[in-house]
Amino acid sequence: MAARTDFGPPNYQEMLPPVVQKNYGQWKYHERIKPGLLKHVAESGDELYTVRVGSSRLVSTDWIREVCAIADEFCDGYLRFTSRHNVEFLVSDVTKVEPLIAHLQSKGYPVGGTGHSLTNIVHTQGWIHCHTPATDASGIVKSVMDEMYEYFVDWKLPAYCRISLACCLNMCGAVHCSDIAILGIHRKPPVINHDIVRARCEIPNVIAACPTGAIRPDPKTKSLIVNEEKCMYCGNCYTMCPGMPLADPIGDGVSIWVGGKISSARTPPKFSRLVIPFLPNNPPRWPEVTGAVKHIIETWAQHAHKHERMGEWIDRIGWERFFTLTGIEFKEQLIDDFTLATETFRSTPTFKW
Amino acid sequence: MPDPETPLLDELENGPWPSFVTELKRAAEKKASARDLLRQLERSYRDNIGHWKHGGIVGVKGYGGGVIGRYSDLPEEFPAVAEFHTFRVNMPAGWFYTTKKLRELCDVWDKHGSGLTNMHGATGDIILLGAPSDELQPCFDDLAEIGFDLGGSGSDMRTPSCCVGPARCEYACIDTLALLRSVTMEFQNELHRPMFPYKTKIKIAGCPNDCVAAVARSDISVVGTWRDNVRIDAAEVAAYASDGIDIQAEVVDMCPTGCMAWDAGSKTLTIDDAECNRCMHCINLMPKALRPGKEKGATILVGGKAPIVRGALMSWVLVPFMKMEPPYDEFKELVEKIWEWWDENGKMRERLGELINRLGMRAFLKAVDLPAVPQMIREPRANPYYFWNPEEVK
Repeated sequence: MAARTDFGPPNYQEMLPPVVQKNYGQWKYHERIKPGLLKHVAESGDELYTVRVGSSRLVSTDWIREVCAIADEFCDGYLRFTSRHNVEFLVSDVTKVEPLIAHLQSKGYPVGGTGHSLTNIVHTQGWIHCHTPATDASGIVKSVMDEMYEYFVDWKLPAYCRISLACCLNMCGAVHCSDIAILGIHRKPPVINHDIVRARCEIPNVIAACPTGAIRPDPKTKSLIVNEEKCMYCGNCYTMCPGMPLADPIGDGVSIWVGGKISSARTPPKFSRLVIPFLPNNPPRWPEVTGAVKHIIETWAQHAHKHERMGEWIDRIGWERFFTLTGIEFKEQLIDDFTLATETFRSTPTFKW
Repeated sequence: MPDPETPLLDELENGPWPSFVTELKRAAEKKASARDLLRQLERSYRDNIGHWKHGGIVGVKGYGGGVIGRYSDLPEEFPAVAEFHTFRVNMPAGWFYTTKKLRELCDVWDKHGSGLTNMHGATGDIILLGAPSDELQPCFDDLAEIGFDLGGSGSDMRTPSCCVGPARCEYACIDTLALLRSVTMEFQNELHRPMFPYKTKIKIAGCPNDCVAAVARSDISVVGTWRDNVRIDAAEVAAYASDGIDIQAEVVDMCPTGCMAWDAGSKTLTIDDAECNRCMHCINLMPKALRPGKEKGATILVGGKAPIVRGALMSWVLVPFMKMEPPYDEFKELVEKIWEWWDENGKMRERLGELINRLGMRAFLKAVDLPAVPQMIREPRANPYYFWNPEEVK
């Protein structure tokens, strides 16, 4: 029998709760009742309540069965996930909403992540399952969310806030357009294993993979040489060739980027910008990282206008003021020297002291 | 529960946020592989370094991607994760599930793998984390039996994703779920058999709030929008004003185009729709009173990507407005034209945005047969180095 292939994912139409099937495309408006609770009302008058809870993203099948049991009890056997690893319980019977929330809270599920809150952190695998990480992902995320828990379950922020984490410069997961991005970085050039390079790597492809032209062939060893002055430790060569590892317990750590956004509300999408070039890997709780994230968010919350995202606040006050308000030391690494660097330089003497 | 072998990770069972360590331990009660994953992770927490080897090609019959090879670099110390491969399983559109379907998935994964998952991975797939090589084909066969197919990996179309759309959002200007399903089914070959210079992504958002980060994260970004006027319910505007929203300060003064006016006396909001750029701010603040117009479609943007190799890019407007109705032929034909040009001209590991940057928007527009329009740019060029076709100069 030929292998069965290309049949595609389960059809979403079979996964939709009856109230959604009935009112598909006919939703009229929504209200944010309280943190973690949305109410959508359809043209037909039908109501749909959504209770959002955070998850650890890395979950066991036991956990999935547990949320299924809750969905069976309160939601007629339907649920959905968000793009940020939250679970949404969809309730069409208003009398079940408060008992559901009480049940979830009693079991330790964080109810929140809607409205002007911090929602769940989009993140990568880190040391759990990635082969190019410069840091762990789940451990930092857990530590940051423990520290910032009150901002998930309550509305205490001027606008919503998106934190993302990627464990290396590949920046898997929209990290580059987040209010706060936590990014694993290396600080040492690859240590070349010439035997592996000769045996397993396509040398021209490795050379072409380097964005700064730091790699050249070495005819003597039939391998490669790295110009260490040109290397900015991106790891592209290692992705192409296992003989170029650059992970290192001292060299590796975490950088912090701020002010990115994706939504086009008010202002166009923005990239996150580097503000802290290096913090050490300090498991299990990465206190330097959680402290920096909390400090930046609380400084923004204290100074921003209502509805002003992190990047919009910084645009208004200026980056130089961001550094005075946060007290973050401005390091030379923050000045761009990659391909489009000059676009980020200032050409006017109108700045703040 | 404290565990003498994992003192560092045990600390991460404390605190109010759900703990992935607790999840690892739950799976570890049943599976030796989950137990060794926990132990190896503790080792990484001690060593400050990851313990997975570089890559490794594995797969199942008939597919070129969808399974990621993963091998421990300490196989003698942690034998149960010596081979610990990942399945990327294509999720249903909008991440909606019946509990029945999820339980079937759990049964398959408990039978063949570690019992650990990501719900979901960053691209949107269900990630089944950790199975040995000889379980891959049997696991896939059982997944197929319950109707779950693989997602993308390698130089293919990665699993496309979309926002919740018309299933639960009144902002949705296009049927994101129907379009996603149609695109996913149309391009099964491109999804499952790496054939391109590098990965390529399609993401579909129902409105400019872009809840799936289409503009930041996809080579081909579809963002719902409208062409006519914002619909106003005057009574509901007045109700928001009475309810405590400062419409002048929070809505009108924050409008990026200054196209709104508020008469506090008569509680009347007016919008000069010709000047509106449809950013969603006012609608986000007053969803009961303001709604997108009725002539709906999508803006198609191209080139978005994360940094590897030559820096991050956000997608650029290619088609300001496209109607999005089944069977979505206009969109699919555009996607095929884009891929053809990219496949023909792209170097290895060069994403669409990088190729457009290298060869120029002019060459790209010619290849996809689209006119240059001012909506494509933020501002015109400031340098005099531009080209003419010789036949234009006669």
